[in-house]
Amino acid sequence: MAVEIRLTCEKPREEFQFERPKHLVTPGDIITSDTGFMRGHGTYVEEENLVASVAGIVERVNKLVSVRPLKTRYNGEIGDVVVGRITEVQQRRWKVETNSRLDSVLLLSSVNLPGGELRRKTAEDELAMRKYLAEGDPISAEVQSVFSDGSLSLHTRSLKYGKLSQGTLVLVSPSLIKRRKTHFHNLPCGARIILGNNGYIWISPTVDEDVNESTGGFIQNLELVPLTDRETVARLRNCILALARHRLLLYDTTILYSYEASLRHQCKDIMKPEVMLEISQLVRQRLEIEGL
Amino acid sequence: MAGLELLSDQGFRLDGRRPHELRKIECRMGVFAQADGSAYIEQGNTKVLAAVYGPHEMRGSKSRGLHHKVLINCQYSMATFSTGERKRRPRGDRKSQEMTLHLKQTFEAAIMTQLYPRSQIDIFVEVLQADGGNYSTCVNAATLALVDAGIPLKDYVCACTTGFVNDTPMVDISFVEESLGGPQLTVAVLPKSEQIVLLEMASRLHVDYLNKVLKTAVKGCKDVYVILDEVVRNHVAQIASSVGSE
Repeated sequence: MAVEIRLTCEKPREEFQFERPKHLVTPGDIITSDTGFMRGHGTYVEEENLVASVAGIVERVNKLVSVRPLKTRYNGEIGDVVVGRITEVQQRRWKVETNSRLDSVLLLSSVNLPGGELRRKTAEDELAMRKYLAEGDPISAEVQSVFSDGSLSLHTRSLKYGKLSQGTLVLVSPSLIKRRKTHFHNLPCGARIILGNNGYIWISPTVDEDVNESTGGFIQNLELVPLTDRETVARLRNCILALARHRLLLYDTTILYSYEASLRHQCKDIMKPEVMLEISQLVRQRLEIEGL
Repeated sequence: MAGLELLSDQGFRLDGRRPHELRKIECRMGVFAQADGSAYIEQGNTKVLAAVYGPHEMRGSKSRGLHHKVLINCQYSMATFSTGERKRRPRGDRKSQEMTLHLKQTFEAAIMTQLYPRSQIDIFVEVLQADGGNYSTCVNAATLALVDAGIPLKDYVCACTTGFVNDTPMVDISFVEESLGGPQLTVAVLPKSEQIVLLEMASRLHVDYLNKVLKTAVKGCKDVYVILDEVVRNHVAQIASSVGSE
């Protein structure tokens, strides 16, 4: 197999014109010495001064001043779609890794039973928990509530959510996922994509909806996926990584555009730096033309 | 002093610097994709990589977790090829363990630990080339990595090692200046408030000189701060403008 090796200095550099945003602060900067403001996230008070504690842009809502850092772990909000992985099975709950500060909780009482049966969860269900979801299983879920310490409580009380079967997980920064009405997309190129708000993206081959509904989201479909479908999934993965590399927001349109832009290259070539740059520029251009 | 003159009559050091001049500092942020925050810094020939993970759920034994603040886990390591003589163990020897402890102390003072109870922040620093001032370079690198990770800090932590030769304090000393002996003062400060978070002294120094050396060292830290701040501002501005232009 031929392996391509190149020096770092040969990488193409993206020439980039940027201006300094106005309200940019770094840790220790005094935002204001006016005492009329309230202390928000990313700030602290010292000697009557409001001081920034992270590097980012100052945001003001009436009297509340906060600083939003550009790169952080995922801060969950109620209603967010997340993709995660089971790390632990505990008493009546699962622990889920969701790129959050603390592991999220999925209570046994907030999942649908296989088969969609509606009833109180019994002691037998508690014993069979590992049969439903074991350590290492990827799941999609929704944020039900946020605890006071910042950890999240999830639920899968809809047929959209539940265990994920065959597919690829892509990890990007949570700030790159655009908040939309829907985060589940059946792309016309023949793949289903779940854009978790936590920066975890699940790409899988398209499945029939009715099969999914009858199983209640717990049975994994382990049929062999044809090569063409696998290639589509792999191509989408590479495209998403290319977009994330050049910090384009991710949603169905950008992903589809990047997929179309990548078709002239072989799937394995997309990860080459110059191809990634080309794809991201094409997508950016197309978005500008359409005025999105 | 073995024929080598650390400070010439004209007031120049071995590498041509004046006593109050720092070495050239170059740094980059966000060098790793996997880590939550990362940075690379060169201070003269001393080169350090830092990576920060977290805050995340406690790894290993859950019982180590603190219920009122975040646990800071540091690891200092020196690449086997970093020194003139090849090192046998990159980490875990006495010196590395001491450095690890010092880094932990330094950042416990600067990170707003009370914000993330029951979680953990990992700071990994690796010296790729050691040419004096290892500890201070590591602190500067870790600060940049923490800022990159978006972890709340009271202020930057800037560190500087200062020597003292012929009644003159010399800022940011290199390996040669370090190895010829003489007193050495390492300080890490929060530059805005000038609070000292770590102070370490090697060999002896008359107390009358202490104030003078300390003043020079703090001045050196403030000079470092100016450079780091510029890098952070550029980095943040670049990311902000590229994400903003959807």
